[in-house]
Amino acid sequence: MTALSFVSGSGRRLRAGRRAGVGVTRPGLAWAVPATVFFLLFALVPLVLVAVLSFTSWDGVDSPRFNGLANWTKLLHDPVMTQSVWLTLVLTLAGVLVQTPVSILLGVWAAGHQRNRAVLSAIFFVPLLLSATAISVVWRAILDPNFGVPSQLPWLFGDGNLMGSQSGAIAVLTFVGMWQWTPMHALLYQGGARAIPQVLYQAAAIDGAGKVRQFIHITLPQLRNTMITSVILMLVGGLTTFDTVLILTQGGPGTDTTNSAYYMYQQAFKSFDFGSGSAIALVLVVVATLISLAVVRLSGYDKMRSTSEGL
Amino acid sequence: MRRRPNYLAGLGSLVWLALVGFPLYVLLISTFRTRSSYSSEGPLSFPEHLTLQNYIDDFSNGFGQDFLNTVIVTVSVVAIVLLVVPPLAYAIVRAQGRTISTVFRIFLLGLAIPAQAVIVPMFYVISKAGFYDHLLGVILPTAAFCLPVCTLVLTGAMRDITSEMYEAMAMDGASPWRVFWQLVLPLSKGGLSSVVVFAALQAWNGFLFPLILTQSESTKVITLGLYNFQTEHGVDVPGLTSAVVLSMLPIFIVYLFARRALVQGLMGVGGK
Repeated sequence: MTALSFVSGSGRRLRAGRRAGVGVTRPGLAWAVPATVFFLLFALVPLVLVAVLSFTSWDGVDSPRFNGLANWTKLLHDPVMTQSVWLTLVLTLAGVLVQTPVSILLGVWAAGHQRNRAVLSAIFFVPLLLSATAISVVWRAILDPNFGVPSQLPWLFGDGNLMGSQSGAIAVLTFVGMWQWTPMHALLYQGGARAIPQVLYQAAAIDGAGKVRQFIHITLPQLRNTMITSVILMLVGGLTTFDTVLILTQGGPGTDTTNSAYYMYQQAFKSFDFGSGSAIALVLVVVATLISLAVVRLSGYDKMRSTSEGL
Repeated sequence: MRRRPNYLAGLGSLVWLALVGFPLYVLLISTFRTRSSYSSEGPLSFPEHLTLQNYIDDFSNGFGQDFLNTVIVTVSVVAIVLLVVPPLAYAIVRAQGRTISTVFRIFLLGLAIPAQAVIVPMFYVISKAGFYDHLLGVILPTAAFCLPVCTLVLTGAMRDITSEMYEAMAMDGASPWRVFWQLVLPLSKGGLSSVVVFAALQAWNGFLFPLILTQSESTKVITLGLYNFQTEHGVDVPGLTSAVVLSMLPIFIVYLFARRALVQGLMGVGGK
């Protein structure tokens, strides 16, 4: 099927080249068809469906029944929903605030020339290879109040029941999120830091600026664009944190760490109220889309249509 | 200019080393203990007797089947991505007109669609299509959600091919098909390997789609196996951690031998 759709591509082939008077070969739109159709079917159709389902009542077995705004009014008056939105924001912001400084420092360090850098950075990036599931189950075992590390280090952890209180559970989720995501953002910053022209540092060194001042006055401003990309990725990721919550805290104690993504999962797949689940999902989609529009705007991805096309 | 060692940065890097190394030590060491040694001696001490029994037990608990399923999912996802993304990226970079830029925008917007947000309708669509509890039901959405990032990475790589090269091909009267095979694909090898790395990692580590879209033992993937293991035998930490180690072993071996390529792939991807 894919092979067939390519054939029509050769249709509009030669067009008079302006510069050299040479014909320029261009692919037709058919080349984009397989991927686009596939993506529409499995990502965009569900996106439209989630909006439709949010106005229905559906238990996952019978057919969905239209029920107007019932799900929405229910959620509006649902204290857990309000709390989950609040909690999602807290977790997202905490993630950005903790991960950004650590990953900038780590990325800039990895871009430099310190001794043993190659060996150390090989170890640093191991969390990148682990699945969120693996990371969560390992940290849950390590932090277990009875058999984990806290029971052995009472001077550090007190009674050791870190996930027994809301603030403790939020701290654990933030910490594990940092452990999981910092290496990836550090990689982004490493790339960004490598791209800073060395001339700037040489000039600053001649003016007598020390390492710290160079970092503040050259490195940080030069990393501005990387920072925008990284922070936006953290925001989208933070809004939809799910695996870590499911495995580490199950939204608890009580509903103390039930963020919106986890609440959506609970409503849909545990309480079999797929309509309410869809409504929560739609809220997530809208917020994430607004952020993505910001990505495209701020990073200028949509403007880099062509760097090599002056034909 | 002489470089002075940066002690502050060195200290910071050691702190991070401890943060990463410590859990990895606990993880690794507990896989070689017996269950009773874990609860009596605690997770930090070095065990008196080392055992491989945990690894053996994982396999009798069905790890082999989970592993095989994960391999099937990963290979299929990479195959789908390699089949549809390069032609798409080629069209985005080289075709002209409003339609293709709209298509590109759709994929850019797709970057921000979180899988969690569409999981309810995905469950609906996959059930209606008869793929529920079938590996294909995991493969298709996983591949679809890889497309935006892969497209972004590959169009980036293809844009680096200069117009002179296209002109030279055109001079020979090459068809788009030949340009694609003989110019575009060979010159975007770096981008292609990033795409393979990203898609493979996504598929290998994927959790949400298998969690929602499968239920029986015969379609279970590794991540789901870990999750089920924890909910069923939460106290058997050595059994759990040895399964974790087994789950990351293939990726870790690749990492040891191809660290640079893998890291560059991840760097190019930058995504979730």
